[in-house]
Amino acid sequence: MFSYCTDPDTLGTFRWFSCYLTTGVHMQFYASFFKVLLLLAITAPVALAFGFVGAMAARSRIAPIGWIGKGYIAIVRGVPDIAFFLFFVIALDQAFEYLRHRVLCPDWTEPVRQGSDFLVCQQAKLPLGTSPEWVHETYGFFLAVITFAIVFGAFAANVLYGGMRAVPRAQLETAEAYGMSHRQTFWRVLVPQMWVFALPGLSNLWMVLIKATPLLFLLGIEDIVYWARELGGTKTSRFSDYPHGDWRMWYFLALLIFYLMMTRVSEVALERLMQRLTHGQATTGGEAQRKAVA
Amino acid sequence: MSCWQTVQDYAFRSLGYGERLLPRSDFTLCEHFTLIGSGMIWNVYFGVIALSLGFFFATALAVAKMSPRAFLRKPAEWFIFLFRGSPLFIQFFFAYFLFLSLKSTAPFWDPFTAAWLGALIVLFLNTAAYSGEIFYGALRSIPKGDVEAADAYGMTGLPRFRRIVWPTMLRLAWPAYTNEAIFLFHATTLVFFTGFPAWQQRGDALYYANYFADKTFNPFVPYPILAFYFILFTLVIVGVFGLINRHLNRHLPQERRAKMRIRPNMIR
Repeated sequence: MFSYCTDPDTLGTFRWFSCYLTTGVHMQFYASFFKVLLLLAITAPVALAFGFVGAMAARSRIAPIGWIGKGYIAIVRGVPDIAFFLFFVIALDQAFEYLRHRVLCPDWTEPVRQGSDFLVCQQAKLPLGTSPEWVHETYGFFLAVITFAIVFGAFAANVLYGGMRAVPRAQLETAEAYGMSHRQTFWRVLVPQMWVFALPGLSNLWMVLIKATPLLFLLGIEDIVYWARELGGTKTSRFSDYPHGDWRMWYFLALLIFYLMMTRVSEVALERLMQRLTHGQATTGGEAQRKAVA
Repeated sequence: MSCWQTVQDYAFRSLGYGERLLPRSDFTLCEHFTLIGSGMIWNVYFGVIALSLGFFFATALAVAKMSPRAFLRKPAEWFIFLFRGSPLFIQFFFAYFLFLSLKSTAPFWDPFTAAWLGALIVLFLNTAAYSGEIFYGALRSIPKGDVEAADAYGMTGLPRFRRIVWPTMLRLAWPAYTNEAIFLFHATTLVFFTGFPAWQQRGDALYYANYFADKTFNPFVPYPILAFYFILFTLVIVGVFGLINRHLNRHLPQERRAKMRIRPNMIR
């Protein structure tokens, strides 16, 4: 990075670190932080959408749809999520490949599962064996996003379901008295009001989502945990210009601090959002705001 | 090989007893059930010990956080923030590598790098922080009248805490604490996926489920079995904690009792 970095052995401590922390692999390490942020930015809205659909299904008047919605919430919440993360990555991958296999190679007669093998025809492989490296990485990331969305969608569905039920019944009855249809009541009265009731749960969920991001590592993504383990491990002078002992502890300390900062910033931001949403609401929070102004 | 034979061979495999080699091919459903069940021993061990030790530390933390004295309050606040604000997954990694570095300084640290002690300590501190926050919230919502009544009877200090404040705190915190217990139980599956090694393939339930999924490339058998075990044990936790909840609320009229709401899970 810097001009004096050509011969690291001769450098003083400060300069040595300034070179060490700006090597190419470290840049990839820093880039992986953005991977985490990207995952958060994509997953949060997708999971919210999953949750919204799940909550709508759970309160559906058609019984089978209601069962599906409630079953989805119950199953995902009853089992350790890490099991889901390990499960969905293989399951989704196999499901996609199987579907493509059925569409692309209809004349294939052998069974897909043969003993311990899962065989699909060459054209159905995902991603194709010939595709470049970045396609593989993006596909892995895509699977990770879906997995996160499925798991956190169930949590969000539960929170939104609770929020929908917390909207005062009188509001809905008033809407019906005005002659609104079910659909109109839902979109014009229920949905705008449910957010303030759902927000404490959703902000809690956001915190949990932040803390779930290191599980990306288990999905085979080269995320911050992966790089912290790689870079922190003992390096001898044979393999690196910057030999050092086992520094993984310090790398994970850095990650710990990174997450603590993320949590702190989110806490402050969510508090502000809550302040805005309670403005003018008929809740104790809204009442307190009204009195503070008066 | 009969199923009973498999059970004899593998029921305590996770502790190192019975057959040494794990099955390598032609996996039967019986093997799945036995080995994953054997791994559950570890999950129960971590869950029960961390929770029961953490309970006392959590009480101390909650009281310290309530304290008007800054030298008690500040450390408790920081401790709770540290453990609630960072992912358990990273805490495990950090603790493992910390113990690993300490190990090279003194032989005293040797057992700490093994999961049975090292991971247990992390889980203990983690659950203490989470439950401490729950108890702190409960302490803040103890009815003013209860404490005033205790004062009127001339109760102060430890007797007041032990006979009035603490039981009320537990009663108010219990539904949330039940969730925390379920939470922690689910979190025990993380242990062998962080640095902690599963020495001689003695792992927990998820470790074996993952082993089967890797070998057969078929996730649709081992993970549902794992889910089955976890839902079963979650129901046990809910049942036991429900009994305790009834005991804590036994003096109250029926309709004022705190309702148990089952809200299991989320990762930390």
